[in-house]
Amino acid sequence: MNKILEVKHLTKHFKEFTAVEDVNFYVEEGGFFSILGPSGCGKTTLLRMISGFIEATEGEILIEGKPMRGIPPEERPVNIVFQSLALFPMMNVYENVAFGLRRKKLDKTEIDTRVREMLARVGLEGFEKKKVTELSGGQRQRVAIARSLVMKPSILLLDEPLGALDRKLREHMKVELKLLQKEIGTTFIYITHDQSEALVMSDRVAVMNKGRFEQIDTPKNLYKNPKTAFVAGFVGESNRFELSGRQGDTIRTTSGWELERPGLDFDPDVLFIRPEAILINPDPQMEAIDRFDATIKTILFDGANTKLSAVLGGGEELLVSLPQNARYDSLSEGDAVTIGIHYDDLKCYREV
Amino acid sequence: METKRNRAFYFVLLPVLAWLMILIFIPHIELLVNSFKVDGQESWTLENYTDFFTNRIYWMTLVKTVSYAIGVTILAFIVAFPVAFYLTKVVSKRYVGPLTMLLLVPLWVGELITIYGWMIILGDHGIINQFLIDLGWIEKPLPLLYNDFSMILGLLYMSVLFMIVPIMSTLESLDDSLIEAASDLGAGKWTIIRRIVIPYAMPGIVSGSIIVFMLVIGDYLAPNILGGKSSLWFTEQIYNQFLSTFNWNEGAAFGFLLLLISSLIVWIALKVSGQKLERVGS
Repeated sequence: MNKILEVKHLTKHFKEFTAVEDVNFYVEEGGFFSILGPSGCGKTTLLRMISGFIEATEGEILIEGKPMRGIPPEERPVNIVFQSLALFPMMNVYENVAFGLRRKKLDKTEIDTRVREMLARVGLEGFEKKKVTELSGGQRQRVAIARSLVMKPSILLLDEPLGALDRKLREHMKVELKLLQKEIGTTFIYITHDQSEALVMSDRVAVMNKGRFEQIDTPKNLYKNPKTAFVAGFVGESNRFELSGRQGDTIRTTSGWELERPGLDFDPDVLFIRPEAILINPDPQMEAIDRFDATIKTILFDGANTKLSAVLGGGEELLVSLPQNARYDSLSEGDAVTIGIHYDDLKCYREV
Repeated sequence: METKRNRAFYFVLLPVLAWLMILIFIPHIELLVNSFKVDGQESWTLENYTDFFTNRIYWMTLVKTVSYAIGVTILAFIVAFPVAFYLTKVVSKRYVGPLTMLLLVPLWVGELITIYGWMIILGDHGIINQFLIDLGWIEKPLPLLYNDFSMILGLLYMSVLFMIVPIMSTLESLDDSLIEAASDLGAGKWTIIRRIVIPYAMPGIVSGSIIVFMLVIGDYLAPNILGGKSSLWFTEQIYNQFLSTFNWNEGAAFGFLLLLISSLIVWIALKVSGQKLERVGS
């Protein structure tokens, strides 16, 4: 596969503050690459360096193999969909989409065909004369994407464009964006703090924290095998325990809870357990799992996301996913249960 | 409930109406009536108005005043726009307050004092001429004062702030990402200013222009003091009618002509720029 974007040792300092530190990655042509991180992690700075609005302190950005240092945003083969969408309020939908093509001084008829084609592609036929202020959130979204895509960029950068939408529409747009990307084949780099957006849409996701990439992986691997404690805590939900040490195959939390965890070759200091990895009343024949007696403290009903909070003998609390099916319907608060956790689902890390 | 609210509404409205009636409406009606009268006659007449159109000096003065006022308005925009853009989009937020304060200083001093200030700067023995003579670049002082140049400078100086402030207030709400988006789509600096920033600031530009135009066309001090004998500003004609020839009726007619013409020009400007008075006024 062709590397359409390569970023090497990219660093950005703002006076004392280091926003991006030694970031390395590449994106394959036609890929959907997401950068996932909490706000303030440096992901927007990274995006602005790729688009050319700020110059990197150190390192290199190569787009289609060409170094981008010193090339202004208007000359880079990338386009950006802004968080605020930044539609031009003084222009109608057609003029917004045609803006970039007109700057290229293209032939009038060509502009017209390309704009209409793109509007049709994002499902906005017949909206040409509408003012952008008259559109709904989802329509504005599509205008912003059309305005960038009509430029046929090598890479489309998206800066949390779904942030302003309500939940339902966001869910819908997630799928729509993914389909649109597949259909058009343009490389997308998507910036978000919403893990669900990153996991659903991307081929590969980079998790960013404090200016560094913690892990670059497929969504599934990121979720199944987080490489660092930060990724384990940030992607998906987890029960987190501080560990005080390890003796052979036994690890011990600071509260004194002891678990079997064979196969470790280092001394971890933090443990993550996903609520959905915890089994309720596991089959007695199952092997390679830890078993504990617990009492159900509360049941937090939330449809498919229902969880229960289980209290262990030592007072430790665990959030456990509670599948909504006949097997568990009889459980209620105060019941005694056995919980089981597979050894592989005990994710141990050394943070310090 | 409904009647109570209405009573409060009228109670608040009353002072406003009184103010409008006593200070604006009644004097204007009085002037309007006067403008159709001639001294010593009871009957109505158009004489004051025909006088204006038959005397070349009168209507030429009005033409000059209007065209200069338009010119000063355009100059004010050219000066004010970069300043407003700089203050809202370029300079760091914490300097905006102090810098805006500095802009306001001439207003605190008052127009007359700033005009004397300009006389000190521009006069034959003023700062500029003295400096150039001391440098040996010129032998005789340049005629900087008592001409159209000094008059336009004075008019510009006293009115430019009223252009800056409304443009600043519209530019403040301009999202920086609009500028970045335009640049990302391949627009250069000038295209961004022409296609994005100026259209966005249009309501502010138009309201600034209306204020500046009205201030300049109705100004008396700058043309009279800085413009010298030949300045021929229309307000001077009105002044002369009232206080030199004591022809109040003619003066009233001139006043109404000025009001009519300037309102007409503002209306045309609104039509041409496609702005609504309500939007510009807010």
